[in-house]
Amino acid sequence: MKKEMITVAKELWKGNEAIAEAAVRAGCKCFFGYPITPQNEIPEYMSMRLPQAGGVFVQSESELAAINMVYGAAASGVRAMTSSSSPGVSLKQEGISAMCSGELPGVIVNMMRGGPGLGTIQPSQCDYFQATRGGGNGDYRTIVLAPCDIQEAVDMTQEAFDLADLYRTPVVILGDGMIGQMMEPIEWHDIPKRELPPKDWAASGRKGRDHSNFVTSLRIDAADCEQFNRSLEQKYKTIAEKETRWAEKDAEGCQILVVAYGTPSRIALSAVEELEQKGIKAGLFRPQTVWPFPSARLAELAAQDSLKAILVVEMSLGQMLEDVQLAVKGVKPVRFHGRVGGMVPSVEDIAAEAEKILQEVQ
Amino acid sequence: MEERLAPWLTARRLTALVGHSGTGKTEVAVNMVFALAAAGVKTALADLDVVNPYFRSRERREAFQKKGIRFVSSSQTLVDADVPALPGELNALLEDPSLRSVLDIGGDSGARVLSRYRHRIAAQDGQMLFVLNARRPQVSTPEAAAWNIRRIEDIMGLPVDGIINNTHLCGETRPEDILAGAELAETVSYMTGIPVVCHTAARSLAGALPALAEPVFPIDIYMKKPWER
Repeated sequence: MKKEMITVAKELWKGNEAIAEAAVRAGCKCFFGYPITPQNEIPEYMSMRLPQAGGVFVQSESELAAINMVYGAAASGVRAMTSSSSPGVSLKQEGISAMCSGELPGVIVNMMRGGPGLGTIQPSQCDYFQATRGGGNGDYRTIVLAPCDIQEAVDMTQEAFDLADLYRTPVVILGDGMIGQMMEPIEWHDIPKRELPPKDWAASGRKGRDHSNFVTSLRIDAADCEQFNRSLEQKYKTIAEKETRWAEKDAEGCQILVVAYGTPSRIALSAVEELEQKGIKAGLFRPQTVWPFPSARLAELAAQDSLKAILVVEMSLGQMLEDVQLAVKGVKPVRFHGRVGGMVPSVEDIAAEAEKILQEVQ
Repeated sequence: MEERLAPWLTARRLTALVGHSGTGKTEVAVNMVFALAAAGVKTALADLDVVNPYFRSRERREAFQKKGIRFVSSSQTLVDADVPALPGELNALLEDPSLRSVLDIGGDSGARVLSRYRHRIAAQDGQMLFVLNARRPQVSTPEAAAWNIRRIEDIMGLPVDGIINNTHLCGETRPEDILAGAELAETVSYMTGIPVVCHTAARSLAGALPALAEPVFPIDIYMKKPWER
């Protein structure tokens, strides 16, 4: 009786645990990973939960082994996932490149921490280049989803598996350590079902076909390899057309537009509200996919007469900054405020920087 | 001065806060030592969480110093070393009869840090309080919460003496959440024989609660996210 009374829609979840639960609810059947702070709650939760849900959890001997286990599981047609943090994700790059070449779906979570090298366990966004340009070899892209709160992390994780299956490509969930470690109330949503093609390419037995399926990343013939690259190019074009996402707050008609993703976008939102209280027309532009990057919309906003300058805020030395500059094409000044090495920008510093820039450009 | 404080706050010289991860032990611990210090009690706080890398009471170290609260933390010199080391200074908190000490323990198996000290804590005037949040899905049913208490008792080798209902949803907490937590705590208490010692409520909500069988401990939110005011 009492159980029913305490059942409510909202629950308090830690980011890492919530992402793991979201993956289970999305039908993830295999998790392979190796511990590293600040994402340890993902494998910890999966080790408890996935066997209950009829899945398989393996703590692999290394991050490299984990991503190659994802490759194998994905090739057999099941939903598979791995997670790590920056140095561990570096080790996975070869496998991600191979998955793109094998056209294998899979979900990779990176809870970024300060780098380079082993760096620090505190939050960071210093792997933006690695996630959006590809740290592995070859002309490939991965869809990169960038949640700014636990609710969005949950929704994006559930959808990531659909995106991966639809486009037969790895999908990266790019969080910073804060997203993994903080706690927020969430509710569980039913993610709208997509029409997904059958996995008739999977190496899961012959099943009456006249041929055996074969998953490989090796294409020895150059002309054949070029043709394959062209097909990837076409796939990435489709993804860019259909899956680019962003969010805005007061971005139309503003004088200064702050561009930020993940945790810094939450801090920037508080700064924007503070500026607005002072009568300054400030806006926020938040990419939800950082690849594909919402360049076209940002270019539109940059072209507004009202807009004097753009301020990019990151927990890096300026990586997304380059995508903003490419989108804005110099039509407005683009400035940067970043904290690195595990340090987090403050509301005060962002607001002060925005005011300073406005004075300088006017 | 101590008579201004609720009896559960001053009942024992040592209080260790244990519970499922993310139930709010650190926020309760920080509020406890501020309440004790404000009443003129010589107070100490030990951050013995060897599980969580972020949102630690040590982030409020300066505020403790200002209030004269003695503060010790795991891995004091290299706070981000991710090494589960305990400070030698912890002995002072355990042994000094003039100090009222609150020990903030990591969630679930984080209680293992106490097992090393269990004989000494048992010999002292101490209490183990289980912090419960009914909105945490893994302790949201009476069975799950009672199981969590027994598991933590097994890990630390000490019995839990009381339950603190710290039910909240961060900034979205409503009075009905706290009341649902009170109901859960009551059932868990009935199942385990462990009394409920208090209910926490953000200061702004404390007045909106109906009368409860146990005292309400009004708390201020110190463990904020970088964008929160």
